[in-house]
This record gives sequence, structure tokens and C-alpha cells, in this order.
Amino acid sequence: MAAGPDTPRVLEVWARLDSVTDPELDEPVTELGFVTGVEVAGDGGVHIRFRLPTYWCAANFAFLMADDMRRAALSLPWVTAATVELGEHMYAEAINHGMARGLAFRDAFGDEADDDLEALRRTFILKAFQRRQEALLRHLLEAGRRDPAALRALDAGGLRGLPADAPGRRLVDRYLALRDALFGASGSAFVDTEGVAVTAEAWPDHLAGLRRVWINTEFNGALCRGLLAARFDEEAPALDGEPTLADFIRRARRDICLPHPASERGENAQDHVA
Amino acid sequence: MYRTKDGDEIFIIDGHVHLWDGRPENWRNVHGQQFIDCFYGYHSFLQPKDKQWAREKFYHYGAETMHDDLFVRGYDDMAIFQPTYLKDFYVNGFNTLEQNAVLKAKYPDRFILNGAFDPRDGEAGLAQLEQDVETHGIKGVKLYTAEWKGDSKGYKLSDAGAQTFLAKAEALGIRNIHVHKGPTILPLNRDAFDVADIDDAATSFPNLNFIVEHCGLPRLDDFCWIATQETNVYGGLAVALPFIRNQPRYFAHVISQLLMWLGEDKLLYGSDYGIWTPDWLVEDFMAFEIPEDLTQETGAKLTLQAKKKILGLNAARLYGIDVEAQKAVLADARRPVAAE
Repeated sequence: MAAGPDTPRVLEVWARLDSVTDPELDEPVTELGFVTGVEVAGDGGVHIRFRLPTYWCAANFAFLMADDMRRAALSLPWVTAATVELGEHMYAEAINHGMARGLAFRDAFGDEADDDLEALRRTFILKAFQRRQEALLRHLLEAGRRDPAALRALDAGGLRGLPADAPGRRLVDRYLALRDALFGASGSAFVDTEGVAVTAEAWPDHLAGLRRVWINTEFNGALCRGLLAARFDEEAPALDGEPTLADFIRRARRDICLPHPASERGENAQDHVA
Repeated sequence: MYRTKDGDEIFIIDGHVHLWDGRPENWRNVHGQQFIDCFYGYHSFLQPKDKQWAREKFYHYGAETMHDDLFVRGYDDMAIFQPTYLKDFYVNGFNTLEQNAVLKAKYPDRFILNGAFDPRDGEAGLAQLEQDVETHGIKGVKLYTAEWKGDSKGYKLSDAGAQTFLAKAEALGIRNIHVHKGPTILPLNRDAFDVADIDDAATSFPNLNFIVEHCGLPRLDDFCWIATQETNVYGGLAVALPFIRNQPRYFAHVISQLLMWLGEDKLLYGSDYGIWTPDWLVEDFMAFEIPEDLTQETGAKLTLQAKKKILGLNAARLYGIDVEAQKAVLADARRPVAAE
């Protein structure tokens, strides 16, 4: 017997899905509007439905997100099984089939899939780390913390303790969450992708490098957000005119996390859009 | 032709245009619909609201609309067709050399026809390439290395098969290889943004020019590095340019990096028509100035001379167009209408 849509268990799954990000955009799949439904059965089985900005979105990224969502759901102690279903996508069938059987990407797509998905995951986590650091540094510079030596002297605890307004706090928390996960909770606040503190000589090149990462990822990020809006806004009227629970949850989350309309573009975009 | 306030004439070659048939009757399957709808998403996102088309028009705008949008309402003087076959999705193909040739025949001085090849087509592909050169005298081709084909999930220009095709292309007199390295239109398995194979091909074929469409975004730093090493690598601005209107600060960053690493002689304007139209793109680009703080940071400047090169002179060099002679030809063609 399926539980009602507003049961605490459904909300628990939604909360776990908040930790799953689009690898390219580095934003939660829940906030992006990718997740369209969560169902919980009486026996602890979970079914998650999601969609993407285009029918053509890269199959490997789609598979990564589906896999991450399944793992996030399974991390709840009462979940006995988790299935993920991708809608309206060129490889929906292969991905859904792979998810249902717990296959690896390689197996789901046959011999021709030569990707190492774990390497891809690592690559994009490091890109996300660089993006978060860039957004945070830009924010700190604009807030008047212009002394590079002082920024380099900060350790992780010192950064956490800096007074900050709400947007600044979010940037600090998001950066430190990834920094801690990758390199541990101690040491210099601002490190390179090897976890090594940046020296005074290397600081200008480090900043220029972060800037290029932002330019690269923002290109695809901006396109994804634009295509997402174009595709989903159009399809919205087709949902019988009645907003779903997913819509309410998404809206409520947006209101809490992203108080400014402009910030719906994502923190990185907001920092740089003229 | 674009005229500045000072009366300076700027000759414009649009490096990237399409004439497609995305109508339902041409869809072979659901992929046909999804492909054109994805393009429509790009259009809805970056084409200014007051210039956006209804979906039906976007599916099929037709040859005369294209001509007028480019050369009458827009500032283009010439345009380069970059075909996209997609015969698995569209009964008659999406945007083929054969379809483009009809418009070229009607306006021979306006269009440059490019072809396409796929190394996975083997001998048949080589024969087709030979025939396309013979029939249409093509000087350039457009390649999609990320395209899935049968069991293949894409190819690299460094593959042996691709090298065979490049050698054949060079022997046939083709000079310009446009490679799609940008947003993923077709699904991919390997990292289709990877631009490393360009480096390999550009070294092996120093007499060919490699125009990396969409500037290898979002691998701009890798692309810039390769383009700095290789004198025969260029960047095409299609898809990057439309950001100029609603994200100008972002566009300023991109063009600064490209100017800093590649320089003004290695960049080509392209509208990607019918996704976007040249009227506002050219106006915005001509009016664009890189913000002072960015110029200080990178040293990159977008001067009038740089704009002239990017908008036409660089493409003219690659395709052997004598700009002054072409201006005279086009002026003659216009005279009955201009009635001066």
C-alpha cells in the first residue's frame, strides 16, 4: 500500500535528494526542478521520477544523477529498495533499465560505453569545488576583504567564523562542505585542487585559473538553465493546471534558500551577470 | 553591410547559417521532433523576446525568409552554410548540402556551400565527398565528432579513419574543417567537449584550417592553449555571441579570453541562423565594449579593426574572398532595388 503524498517519509526522501547535484551546474536537482515526483510504498520501496532540460542531455550525466538519487534514497535506514525513472529522454529506456537492475553505466549501455563514470564524477566534483571557491572569493573581495595575504592566512575554521550576511553565509557553507569532504576539515581555507595551500606567488594565477573554470562551466550552465525554463514552462499547463506537491516543495525551498529573484540563476551567474 | 556612424563600411561574412526543414512531415521519428524543439529552446532563451518566432515558423522559415533575414533585415553580406544531415531523424535530412545548393543557385554571390563527412561511413563516405567537391566545389566541411552512429559513441579527429578523410579532403582542395565542439546536441558517452584531437589533426595537416565552432566552450582554457600552439586553429563565435544581449558581462569574459589567447585574426563571427538572427547580433557586437576593469585584468581590447576582422575579413581570408571585388559584385546585384 502506497503512503500518501505528504507523509513524513516522502519529505525525508525529498530532503535526501537535496544533496544530489547536477554535475555540470553544481545545483541541487530538487531546486533545478528536475525531480517531478517521489512515491513511497508501504514496504519501504521508493520510486523517484525526474526530467532534464532537453531530450539530448548527456547520457552519462543523466546516469550519474539517477545513480546519485538512488543512493541518496537508499541512505535512509527504512528504505528497502529505490527505483529512479527518467522521462522524455533519448536514453530513458537504457537508463531506467540500468537503474532498475542496479547496473553500472558500462553495463547499461553495452560494450560501447567506454566511460569511467567514477573518474567523470571526480572531475566534476573538483570543478564544483573550484566554482564554489571562485564565487566565495569574489563575494569576499566585493565585501571589502581585498587583502590577499589575509585571505591566504585564513584557515577553514577561521573562514567558518567570519561574520557574513545570508548570501555570504550560504557561499561559505557550500564551499566548506565540499572542501571538507575533499580535503578534511583543517588547514588553509583556500587550497588548490590537490588540497595544497596557495602561495603568494601562485595567487594571481590561481585566481585567473578559477575564473576560467567559471567561464567554462557557466557556458553550459547558462544554456542548461535557459533550456530548462523554455522546456518546462511550456509543459507546465499540461499538468492539468493543478500544481503538484513537487511544485509546492520546490517553490517553498526556493523561497527559503534563494530569497532574491535574480539568484534563481544560481549564485555563480548572479555574481557575474552585469 | 554595416555602416558605422562615421560612414565606415564593414563587410560581413556570417560563418554559420542553416536552412532546415523541421516540420512534422519530415520527422522520421520522435528524435526529429525533439531535435528541433531543443533548437527552439535555444531560440526562446537567447533571441530577444520581441524578435522571437512562433514554433511553426521556426520549424520551417523557408528560403526567402532566410535571404531577407540575413541580407535585407540583417547586415550579412555573405553567409556560409554548415550542413547537418541527421537522416536517422528526418526523412529528407535536416539541413543538407543538396537543399542548401538550391538557395546558392538562386543567390550565387551570397552563399558559400560547405559539405560534411563522417569517417565512419568508410569508402562510401570518401566517394560521396569526392562527388560533393565535383558537384558543388565545396571548400569546407562541418564535422560532428560527438555524434552517435550505430554502436559508435563518437569519434576523434586523431582516429585513423578521420585522418584518411582529412587527407582525402586536402587532396580534393578542401581547406576549411569546421568542427563542432560545444554544447552537446547529440548524446555522448566520452567527453565530447574534449578538444585535444584538434591539436593532433592541426599538426598532421598544416595546410588545413580548423575552425572550432562554439570555441570549444566549455573547454575554453584547453582550446585556447591548443589554438596558441597551432597557427591553423580558429574559433567560431556561434552560440557564444548571443550571450552578448542578456549576459553581456559573461560575453565580455569570453571574448577577452579569446582575444588574449587566440587574437583578433583567429576568430569568426557566426549567427547560427535560424536559431538567432544577424540583425541584433551584429548591432550589439558593433556597439560592444569590453568593460574597463576586464581590459585592465586581461589586456584584451576589442577595437574597430578587430571587429572588422571577426565579422568578415578573417572568413574572407579562409575562403579566398576578395572583399573589394565582392562588394562591387553585390552592389551591382542591388542596384535595381536601390534606385540611386
